[in-house]
Amino acid sequence: MVLNPSGSQRAFASVPCRSGAGLKGSHVAEILETCPDIGFFEVHAENYMGAGGAPHRQLEAIRSAYPVSLHGVGLSIGAERPLDEAHLARLKALNEHYEPGLFSEHLAWSTHDMTYFNDLLPVPYSAETLARVCDHIDRVHEVIGRKMLLENPSTYVAFTQSTMSETAFLKEVVRRTGCGLLLDVNNVHVSCTNQQADPETYLDAFPLEAVGEIHLGGHAPDVDDAGRPLLIDAHDRAVDEAVWSLYEYTLGKTGPLPTLIEWDNNVPAWPVLLSEATAAERLLKKAGSGQMSSHHAGLEKRRAV
Amino acid sequence: MRSDPGRPDCSVLAAFAPALLDSALEVPQGVVGPDGQPAPKRFNVYRNNVVVSLVEAVMDSYPAIVKLLGEDYFKAAARLFVTQQPPQSPVLIWYGADFAGFLENFPPLEAYGYLPDVARLEWAWLEAYHAADAKILKPEHLAAVPEDQLADLTVTLHPACRWIRSDWPVFSLLSVNRFDGDEGVDLNEGQDVLVTRPDLDVEVRLMRPGCAVLLEGLAEGLSLVQAAERAAGSVPEHAFQFDKCLADLLTAGAFAEFDVLSRPEAGK
Repeated sequence: MVLNPSGSQRAFASVPCRSGAGLKGSHVAEILETCPDIGFFEVHAENYMGAGGAPHRQLEAIRSAYPVSLHGVGLSIGAERPLDEAHLARLKALNEHYEPGLFSEHLAWSTHDMTYFNDLLPVPYSAETLARVCDHIDRVHEVIGRKMLLENPSTYVAFTQSTMSETAFLKEVVRRTGCGLLLDVNNVHVSCTNQQADPETYLDAFPLEAVGEIHLGGHAPDVDDAGRPLLIDAHDRAVDEAVWSLYEYTLGKTGPLPTLIEWDNNVPAWPVLLSEATAAERLLKKAGSGQMSSHHAGLEKRRAV
Repeated sequence: MRSDPGRPDCSVLAAFAPALLDSALEVPQGVVGPDGQPAPKRFNVYRNNVVVSLVEAVMDSYPAIVKLLGEDYFKAAARLFVTQQPPQSPVLIWYGADFAGFLENFPPLEAYGYLPDVARLEWAWLEAYHAADAKILKPEHLAAVPEDQLADLTVTLHPACRWIRSDWPVFSLLSVNRFDGDEGVDLNEGQDVLVTRPDLDVEVRLMRPGCAVLLEGLAEGLSLVQAAERAAGSVPEHAFQFDKCLADLLTAGAFAEFDVLSRPEAGK
């Protein structure tokens, strides 16, 4: 399979092992005016599926100055039904038009029958869902013609139907499809808290060699039916201390990786978001000081294939 | 617990999905907390995410309706809309096209007959915002058309061009409730409104008498003269001012640019 058949005419095509920020329409003018020193921007693919107008003009301007990562939220890779071919075609068109350095989607479902639920819903970890998810990722690779990253979910419930752990499931998806992974460290903290698991043990079992990008974001605290802590993946505030620690723990194992700050609700002023990215960049530099990690050297090699 | 081989796990999603939008349905079997016990509050996080995010999506598209109804009332009405007519596409920018129809058939709002047309106008605004980019036809382009061809000329609408003909003062209602306009609103007045996007900014204009009929005719492929005749017949005598209407439409960017020489008429 050819991973990047078109090649790139633009400078800065690939996303560097630096920090980036989720692009918000309300920040674009200030970003273009101030040209902040930031590694990349990530956009939700579905926000750019209109035919034209301001969203595309803004993204064109951002793309000409920065590397971009394209993050889909609606493909519903975990769904029972076959992938939506029309949606896949839209994703392909965006990939071809903007030539993003990274392309990712979620281990989740968001459609059933004819309905789109606009949420990243959990899948049971069973042989049946594993086969389905792998079929769907194979189809993504076939249509889009480049390697995708699959993001680990934040979960609030478990399924009695599950027969394997999330990390074992992801490891097998990588083995069968050759996809990469997007490791959302906030999701690890949220899910492990909600599932009463140890996040470092989770990361120790995670197929870190396949990780091509990291996400960090804020979460909201709540409690469950029995009064136990229940964290909500709200992306509505700064990254939590516990998540920063877990990020450092991760970088200690992987070395520097492209790292995105997600802040999608109660979006702050641009300088606040930029300062979060700067905080991540400090930890990236710390992790990268000395030598380039063997992990990343390996990843670069695979990308070059 | 292991899955029952006779009951594939897809049945989990089949039970999970409808329960998201219908809180009267039970939390699906097999959905549990870390102790393996049923966890309705945890499941409700998903229910809440789905409904709240969809309500917000509708809210984003209809700011004037939000202002007219008040945020709390709007959210309650939109909650019904999203559970009755959830999206079918993951492209959420296109969700809520039928909200005007929902408002029209929502008995508690029967007395506010203007709401559906204001919603239609806001939807037209959104369609214009996301429409394909295209150059607009300017007066000088039209001036370049040989005079003997002008009467038979047909035009192509710009991809962003929309219009609403209403028995209600929808332009004034939109202006006051979305763009901080301060004009008076006379609920006995009907208004025709033009929505265009010559470049990136959506523009909304009040249309002169007959202008919407002219535009309708041109959209159907009538020539300038045919469309003008139809428009003149649609309003009281002498109320239709062709030159002013055409100038308004050109200024607004209602038509797509064309190359005079490449038009088939030019070769005739």
